[in-house]
Amino acid sequence: MPGHVLEVEDLWVKYYTLSGVVHAVSGVSFKLRRGEMLAVVGESGSGKSTLAYALMNMVPKPGKIVRGRVLLGGTDLLTLTPEELRRVRGSRISIVFQDPFTTLDPLRRVVDQFTEFLMEHGLDKAAALRVAREYTEAVGLPGRVLESYPHQLSGGQKQRVAIAMAISLNPEVVIADEPTTALDVIVQKQIMDLIDDVRRKYKSSFILITHDLALALERADTVMVMYGGYVMEYADKSELVRDMRHPYTRALFESLPKLGQRGLPSFLPGYPPDLRNPPSGCVFHPRCPLAREKCRAELPQLAEVSKGHYVACHYAGVVG
Amino acid sequence: MRLAHVFRDAYIATGLAIIIVFVVLALLADVIAPYSPVESVGAPLRPPSPEHIMGTDNLGRDIFSRVVYGSRIVLAIVALSIALSGFVGTLVGLVSGYLGGLLDRVLSFVMDSIYAFPSLILAIALSVALGPSPVNAAVAIAVVYVPTYFRMIRGQVLSVKNEGFIEQARVLGLPPSRIVVRHILPHVSRTMMVVFSMNSADAILTEAALSFIGLTVQPPTPDWGFDLYKGRGFVLDGKWWLMAYPGLCITLLALGFALVSEGVSRITGARLR
Repeated sequence: MPGHVLEVEDLWVKYYTLSGVVHAVSGVSFKLRRGEMLAVVGESGSGKSTLAYALMNMVPKPGKIVRGRVLLGGTDLLTLTPEELRRVRGSRISIVFQDPFTTLDPLRRVVDQFTEFLMEHGLDKAAALRVAREYTEAVGLPGRVLESYPHQLSGGQKQRVAIAMAISLNPEVVIADEPTTALDVIVQKQIMDLIDDVRRKYKSSFILITHDLALALERADTVMVMYGGYVMEYADKSELVRDMRHPYTRALFESLPKLGQRGLPSFLPGYPPDLRNPPSGCVFHPRCPLAREKCRAELPQLAEVSKGHYVACHYAGVVG
Repeated sequence: MRLAHVFRDAYIATGLAIIIVFVVLALLADVIAPYSPVESVGAPLRPPSPEHIMGTDNLGRDIFSRVVYGSRIVLAIVALSIALSGFVGTLVGLVSGYLGGLLDRVLSFVMDSIYAFPSLILAIALSVALGPSPVNAAVAIAVVYVPTYFRMIRGQVLSVKNEGFIEQARVLGLPPSRIVVRHILPHVSRTMMVVFSMNSADAILTEAALSFIGLTVQPPTPDWGFDLYKGRGFVLDGKWWLMAYPGLCITLLALGFALVSEGVSRITGARLR
């Protein structure tokens, strides 16, 4: 398909722990257009971070990608040799982590870490320095930041450095794993604005991993809601806002505080499932207000309810 | 940890002073020693006197000259063994800790097996097997101390490995060799310092023990441990100086290293024992 920079097909990831097999990601598929921002929304333990690692083909042990394909511009990242993979990481697909306080080596200056990375991907010293300067400026940091040690920077500045490094080789896909969770609200907005800017300027595609549905609805083009390792609902943002089909998506939405609302927003009782021992049938049924006999017995498949709008629920057409 | 900081520590300053005195003795032995260490230069078994400040031994050799020249052997063997064990132990610890998996288990098992031996017995056994010579003694001592470096460094690598910046380096596509050398090694260097200084005092004593039973040099080469051994028979006749001076030197040098070690672990805040 032309126009798709990333195609994920039927991805399954499991962790083989001593206390059992954790079914972390189960059958996730999606396609990412050039310049698109996809938000992957889910609670802790929904598999969204594991998905991020799987896209880089670096699921930590004892995790294993048991099935699926991750096609980046036609190359399946899951079949590459470690050396080929190393060359792809950072240059064609990169990631910005949640906690900017730990992502820089405290013993070395920013510029050394930045140019080291660029030179490892084939730039010479002068070019690396030029690129580092250019992107530091592009993320709105003063040039002196390059000469600094990480402890001299604020959290927001460190996150900007991380973003600058992630985009500096103009990768096709940038994954942002909860990029603003460790930062305070004002800085969150600045960082998200920066990501929007960067996306427009460099036409890179972003995958925003977040637990915050509000943030996803505000910033993304498409939204994928995950629960218990499965995709629950997947649609364009505008379509989703207009017509939320899955009871889980609705529950998440209902739990957001809204302007003018009296009293507390409603919340969803219960806890995410134990993925070593997932519930039978639909993984969401123990917490679902609409659960019926069929939900306990049968796993709902992701089905297209209208163009580009996918829902995995037996009663997606019924509820309204 | 500034360098000035390091020297201001009383333990380190004293220890270094002692070590430096011996290093100077070793380097300038030709100038400092008044006589040849291997030739008879006076009456045998004379107590300390103005001509022979530490007396003479049973062959009429000047003990002071023998002590001065003897420092060369000790320091050379200790330096070589520390360098060897530090290099090998650190390298293997880094690789094993970073890569993990089966390799790590096998290496840990081998190192633990070596560590389980009483160190002196193992050093003696290896020395005997390799044959008496200064280089072989150094190798034997090095083998004994490799596991200490390995265990410490590996433990540090395991904790540094999980830091965010290592993960960041991996997602940026840096090769493992570079991650280990540029991102992990600097973080374990402090531990290396501590183990380094800690082992050196032990290494002195092990060296002295090997010398004592004649596993380092051949007579008449001057050597503290071996002179100590030979002087042993004369003590009961009241000829204490044959044994006292080499023994004192061994003790002082070991004390010097022990003081440095204590100081280093104090200022790095690392208590590794």
